[in-house]
Amino acid sequence: MLLTNEDILRIARLARLRVTETEAAQTGEQLNGIFKLIEQMQAVDTNGVAPMAHAQEVYQRLREDAVTEPNRREAFQAIAPQTEAGLYLVPKVIE
Amino acid sequence: MIHASLKQLSALLAEQKTSSVELCTEYLDRIAALNPTLNAFITVDRDRTLAEAKIADARRGQGEAGALLGVPIAHKDIFCTEGWLTTCGSKMLANFVSPYDAHVISQFKAAGMPSLGKTNMDEFAMGSSNETSYFGPVKNPWDLKAVPGGSSGGAAACVAARLAPAATGTDTGGSIRQPAALCGITGLKPTYGVCSRYGMIAFASSLDQAGPMAGSAEDCALLLNVMAGFDSRDSTSLQRDKEDYARDLDKPLQGLKLGLPKEFFGAGMAPDVAQAVEAAIAEYRKLGAETVEVSLPNMNLSVPVYYVLAPAEASSNLSRFDGVRYGHRAADYGDLTDMYERSRAEGFGAEVKRRILIGTYVLSHGYYDAYYIQAQRLRRLIAQDFIEAFKQCDVILGPTAPTTAFDLGAKNADPVQMYLSDIYTIAVNLAGLPGMSLPCGFGADGRPIGLQLIGNYFAEARMLNVAHQYQLATDWHSRTPEGL
Repeated sequence: MLLTNEDILRIARLARLRVTETEAAQTGEQLNGIFKLIEQMQAVDTNGVAPMAHAQEVYQRLREDAVTEPNRREAFQAIAPQTEAGLYLVPKVIE
Repeated sequence: MIHASLKQLSALLAEQKTSSVELCTEYLDRIAALNPTLNAFITVDRDRTLAEAKIADARRGQGEAGALLGVPIAHKDIFCTEGWLTTCGSKMLANFVSPYDAHVISQFKAAGMPSLGKTNMDEFAMGSSNETSYFGPVKNPWDLKAVPGGSSGGAAACVAARLAPAATGTDTGGSIRQPAALCGITGLKPTYGVCSRYGMIAFASSLDQAGPMAGSAEDCALLLNVMAGFDSRDSTSLQRDKEDYARDLDKPLQGLKLGLPKEFFGAGMAPDVAQAVEAAIAEYRKLGAETVEVSLPNMNLSVPVYYVLAPAEASSNLSRFDGVRYGHRAADYGDLTDMYERSRAEGFGAEVKRRILIGTYVLSHGYYDAYYIQAQRLRRLIAQDFIEAFKQCDVILGPTAPTTAFDLGAKNADPVQMYLSDIYTIAVNLAGLPGMSLPCGFGADGRPIGLQLIGNYFAEARMLNVAHQYQLATDWHSRTPEGL
C-alpha cells in the first residue's frame, strides 16, 4: 500500500489539519515508511483471537446522579482565546 | 545534600538538620546554574516552590511526620498543575496555565512535597529523544552531545544531574524506562490502572501510565506509595487495597526465578549493552536467583501494533485541541473549519501531526478492520505471551534499550529508526504490566546502560525487591556525571 498526495490531503482534512501540497509530499514519504513497518502485522493469522482494547477487564462504574463539580466558569474562561459575556467566541456558523 | 536518597533527606528533615526551604533553595540554585546547559525544565518558579516549602515546614512544625513531607520533586509538564504553566512540550499549550491539579499532583501536594518545576518532554509525549519538544531538546547530563531519551527526557536528565531528588514521568511505550536507562537513573512504570490518569494530558489512554523516576528502587517505592491509589475521576483507575510498595525491599532473592526472553537477547542489542546485561544476570545468580529461558514469540510485532493503536488513540484524544476553549488559536482565519485547521497546523509539531494522520487513517472507513482491529487482536497475543512466560518465572529481565544514548540529531530524519529504540519496552505497555529500568553499567562511549525488569500484574513490590537487592550489591545507581 502506498499513500498518494490525495490520500494525505484527504486524511488531513478528516483530522482538521491544514497541510499544503508540498508538505503532503514530504509527509507521504515518511508515512509510507511507517506503514511499511505496520504492514508486518498482516503476516499473522489472527482468526478467532478476540481484539484487546484494554489492559484490564474493567467496566464503566456507575455513580449517583448528583452534582459533583462546582461552577468554575470564570477560571476556565480566563484561559480561553476569546470570550464574551460568559460565552466562547468562534466564527459565525449559522447565518 | 544533593546526593542523598529520599530516605536520607526525610531523616534530615525529621531531625531538623535541614528544612524544606533550605533543601528547595539548594536545588533551585542548581537548576539556575545548570538548566541553561541541560534544558531539563520548561518552567521554574522560585517563589511558588518556596511558598510550598514553607507550608511543608509549617506542617512539620505542627508535628506532622509524613515520610516525604518537605522533600521536593519535579513534575513532567504533562501533569496539569493548578496555577503553573502546563505545556505538554507543545506550542499548542505554550500559554496554558492549568485551572486544576492532576490526581497524581494532588497526591504529592497532600504528602507535602514541594514542586521544583515542570520538566521538558517530547511534544505530547510522542518521541524517544526529547527532540520533538517545542521548547528545544534536553541534553544528556552524561554527555551533552547525547539525547536523554524520551519522552520523559527532562525528568530523567534532572534526576541524573541532581537538579531534583525525584521526578514524575509517564510511560506509554517506554517513556519512563527508556530515558531512565539513557540517563543512568531508576524509573518505574506501574501496572496499568494503579495511578490515576486524571489531569495527565492524554496521549494513548489505554497505554498511558504515570510512574516515579529517582536515584534508586527504594526511592521509587516511596514515591509510588504516594502516587498510587484509586480515583473515581479516571474510569480505568483500579479499586484496590492500599499497599506499601517498600514492604518487600529487604527480602533475599534466594529461589527467585528470573525469566530471560530469548527474543530480547538476539540480534539488535549492541555488544556493550549485551555485556552489561550479562554481567547483571551473573550478579543475580550470585544473589541466589535462578534463570530460566522464556519466550515472547510475538514481541517483534509490538512496534507495528503500537504504531497503529497509539496513533489511533492519539488522533481521538488530540481532537480536543481546536483553539476554542484553551490553547493556541491562529491569528488569521476565515470560517470555523479554517480556524480549526490553521490553529492545529500551527500548534502541533511534525511528529504529532504524523501520528494524528496515521491514527486518522487507520480509523477511517475501509481500513479500520485491517489495521485497528488486527492490531488489537495482536495485542492480545502479545499479552498472552507474557501470561505464559510468567508461569515459569517471577520476574522477567532484559535490556531496556538496544543501545546507549544516541547523538542529538542522529535519528531525526527517519521516524522508523527512532520508533525502534523502544523495541524492548512497548510490549509491556500493550500488556499493561509493570516494568522498570535500573542502571547496570556503561557503554563503550561512557554513556549509561539500563537493565529492564518486568513484573507480573500488580507485582510492583516484588519487582522493586529484585531491583533493590541488585542496588545493594552494586553501585551503578549511585554514580553521577562528572563536572555537574
